[in-house]
Amino acid sequence: MTRKEERLLPEVERAVRAPEELVVVGKRIPKSDALYKVLGQAQYIYDMQLPGMLYGKILWSERAHAKIISIDTSEAEKVPGVRAVITAQNTPEIRIGFMKDQPVLKKDKVRSFRDEVAAVAATSWEAAEEAISRIKVVYEDLPGIFSPEEAMEEGAPLIHEMDARGKELKDNRIRLPWKLVCGDLEKGKAEATCTVTTSYEVPAVNHCCMGTSACIASFDAGDNLTIYDITQIPSLAKADFLEALKAMGAKGRVRVITPTIGGGFGSKLDTYGYQYIAMLLSHRTKRPVKIVFTREEEFFATSPRQQAKFTITQGCDKEGYLTFREVNATLDNGAYISWGATTPSVMMMPMSSLYRVPNIEFKSTCIYTNNTWAQAMRGYGNPQATFAIDCNMDELAEKAGIDPVEFRRRNANIPGEETPQGFLPRTCGHRECLEAVVEKMGYEGRQSGIVEGTPKARGMGVASLIHVGGGAKIYRSDGCATSIKIDDDGWVDVFSGSQDIGQGLDTVLRQIVAEVLGFKPEKVKIHVGDTDTCGWDAGCHASRSTFVAGNSAKVCAEIVRAQMVANFAAQLEVAEDAISITEGEVLAQTDDPDKQVTKVERLLRRAHMTGRGNTMFMASNFWEPNNKLLAGDFHGNFSMAYTYGVHGVELEVDTETGQVDVINYVAAHDIGKAINPMLLDGQAYGGIMQGIGYALTEEMLFDKGKLLNPNFRDYKILTCLDVVPIEAIIVETDDPEGPFGAKGVGEPGLVPVAPAIANAIYDAVGIRLRRLPMTPDRVLEALWAKAGKAIA
Amino acid sequence: MKTITFTVNGNPVTLDVSEDANLLSVLNDDLELAGAKEGCGAGECGACTVIVDGVAVTSCLYPACEADGRVVETVEGLVLESGSLHPLQRTFVDYGAVQCGFCTPGMVMSAKALLDKYPNPNEQEVKVALAGNICRCTGYTQIVEAVLAAAEEMKK
Ligand code: FES
Ligand code: FES
Repeated sequence: MTRKEERLLPEVERAVRAPEELVVVGKRIPKSDALYKVLGQAQYIYDMQLPGMLYGKILWSERAHAKIISIDTSEAEKVPGVRAVITAQNTPEIRIGFMKDQPVLKKDKVRSFRDEVAAVAATSWEAAEEAISRIKVVYEDLPGIFSPEEAMEEGAPLIHEMDARGKELKDNRIRLPWKLVCGDLEKGKAEATCTVTTSYEVPAVNHCCMGTSACIASFDAGDNLTIYDITQIPSLAKADFLEALKAMGAKGRVRVITPTIGGGFGSKLDTYGYQYIAMLLSHRTKRPVKIVFTREEEFFATSPRQQAKFTITQGCDKEGYLTFREVNATLDNGAYISWGATTPSVMMMPMSSLYRVPNIEFKSTCIYTNNTWAQAMRGYGNPQATFAIDCNMDELAEKAGIDPVEFRRRNANIPGEETPQGFLPRTCGHRECLEAVVEKMGYEGRQSGIVEGTPKARGMGVASLIHVGGGAKIYRSDGCATSIKIDDDGWVDVFSGSQDIGQGLDTVLRQIVAEVLGFKPEKVKIHVGDTDTCGWDAGCHASRSTFVAGNSAKVCAEIVRAQMVANFAAQLEVAEDAISITEGEVLAQTDDPDKQVTKVERLLRRAHMTGRGNTMFMASNFWEPNNKLLAGDFHGNFSMAYTYGVHGVELEVDTETGQVDVINYVAAHDIGKAINPMLLDGQAYGGIMQGIGYALTEEMLFDKGKLLNPNFRDYKILTCLDVVPIEAIIVETDDPEGPFGAKGVGEPGLVPVAPAIANAIYDAVGIRLRRLPMTPDRVLEALWAKAGKAIA
Repeated sequence: MKTITFTVNGNPVTLDVSEDANLLSVLNDDLELAGAKEGCGAGECGACTVIVDGVAVTSCLYPACEADGRVVETVEGLVLESGSLHPLQRTFVDYGAVQCGFCTPGMVMSAKALLDKYPNPNEQEVKVALAGNICRCTGYTQIVEAVLAAAEEMKK
């Protein structure tokens, strides 16, 4: 099949400064708050103490699935220091999750081991713990369901008997119709000369933020709530909390303040029961209440990336062009609905648009079980889906007799072509990334297989990624507000609705604003994470912050700059286009030597303090990207730009122990433009190491809904000893819509790691591992199975 | 309760601690030194690392009573007498070794214990010294670079 019907987009005009003129953007500037962090001065929520503050603890369910017969709190109330004990019986009902299927405190039944049954506020952690241990709950066990397969069996017990509106439910299937159809599947099948069907399985994994979940809720006398929180979504969390306030009968307003956040990775994209429990306890006691999770709680009571199974068939024609892709996915949602149930919406992105494939059908079902309920994690559904796609790509390539890299070359995405789902990537460096990786790795001349005289075998593998890089319109607004004020002393304050969770948004915005204004970056301070002073934003997710908050800040800074230039031109008696501002100095094209170079502070002060002007420079701006909500059939351009990448891995498999050692890693990302290459490297390194963990070591192990490894001893995340040499290649395609050409890159580093490693293992020893993590015992088992077959 | 006396960042302190208190809570709560962080409370993450008598320890497991008569260093004491940053602090900032920063104080202290004893470590030695400090954000690459750069710096 040839690709005559390429639908190319018109070229777009570029409105960015030429790279050689950039002074601050594109530079390796340290993260703005790094100084405070190395001094031990950054304030995290754990360090915060409010006058009169109480300490809250939660009693979690002791059953996976059971009726609550009774809760006796009388002994708990007697513990000295206890100020409140709450249950569903003595508090108003607050329902959470976007389908509102979860009451914060459970009343009639529990559906998982992380269900909140009661909570205590006391004057010390010890008293709170003691009180919790004295609460007596009588349960009546119900049969538990711990896998989607069991949950879908005829006559399986119902986890939810009815939905939030009181409508009876007939089975455990969640009513979210995830189905995407593009092109004509049957036509694609008819055109295929080679097809491969395979199944893949991915485990639940935890974000493992180093700072555990925590908040402090505090009401003032006017019933106004201030909640110190670690959310990634201050504006949306505020709306959720306000709704809860109404349920509590409190008439006040909500202020969300986020101190320094100890890691996010998607874990803080929704609100959790503990935040509402802190609110309830605080409202009851009229004192601030702090809740901090232990590491064990962080493991079992926060929401992981979910377990999922995929069956995928792809087919290609005799020239090696993909003709169709058909995928079925089943997701273990756990007991309640959070964003985990929407990960198929993001799986659709690689399903439809990773590699050029015209005919597609993707279906996914999320199933209630009595396991922990799932959330979003870095990449949302993308890493899971890409594992299935990019492993199957290699299996198909082999069957078709084409080298895996060559197969990807033929099917790589190209700029300007509308994808089958309706994405319009104006820039796309997929092919550049592929060639860069292949060359750097020395792929063509590789020696795969056993290294002579050793039990070790070497192999190389590649995998690709597409991700949203220009926002993602999943709510009706995907925008971000920015306000900027410049004081006449030359200090600039930027109030952005967005959030920094360690990734460096604070620094990226600082660079963008400094660049536009022509100020030194040190003069620009970024304020985020206070809903009283910062405007609305859709939150730190979907790798959208650099793009959306960056564009918002850029436009706002341009408004302020125009104000300054007009004023300075008048002051210096030159035309506006004779003014330029750079590194805090105003340069005027004039013959008057006294006016050629002026410190900006001087002109700011004169603008403010002279009778003629009496003006200051400030502006606010809400920037909404021009992306579209997906239509009912999930088609549409929901991001203004798309980020691409290719990862290549070289590794060694020890055929005696099953141990897999990555010896070389090359990752190329098309990120449009690197606003800060140092922070960008950090996103790549961090994402890739998380991805290697996902591929090789990380797995939440459950026994009948109970998490068996809620600690760093048994849940293996990588340490410094596991560091692999990573070459992070930046491909700049200068996106016309991005701020200074940039696209988002927070998540991509993790996305294609697992399939690249699986493909390299196959290249090394000829075994295909279709289940993550690829632990030594699974590798050995597969090696033995293969040997067994060979003998037979 | 037991009365203990020890040196923290060069200053002698005497205070009453309960027998089962750990050093981390004494530092965080009694001495208001919030730099050392609790990431697990079980000796598994290294966020609480401080130096006691020259050795990096996980203060969440270290009994406060054990500190009696010893010399304790925390991240708050790192800044040089001249007021400038310790080379490790400088390089952590400059090499992008800090993202969320939760692991940073512990990481820096483990690195300091290493460099105090072995001013000239190779890459593998740095990795071994930091093996008990988990960082979920950075992937460690820039942290290792920062420690090696600080070692260079300190030789000057
Ligand atoms: S808090 Fe001490 S090692 Fe984790
Ligand atoms: S910087 Fe976040 S854990 Fe290390």
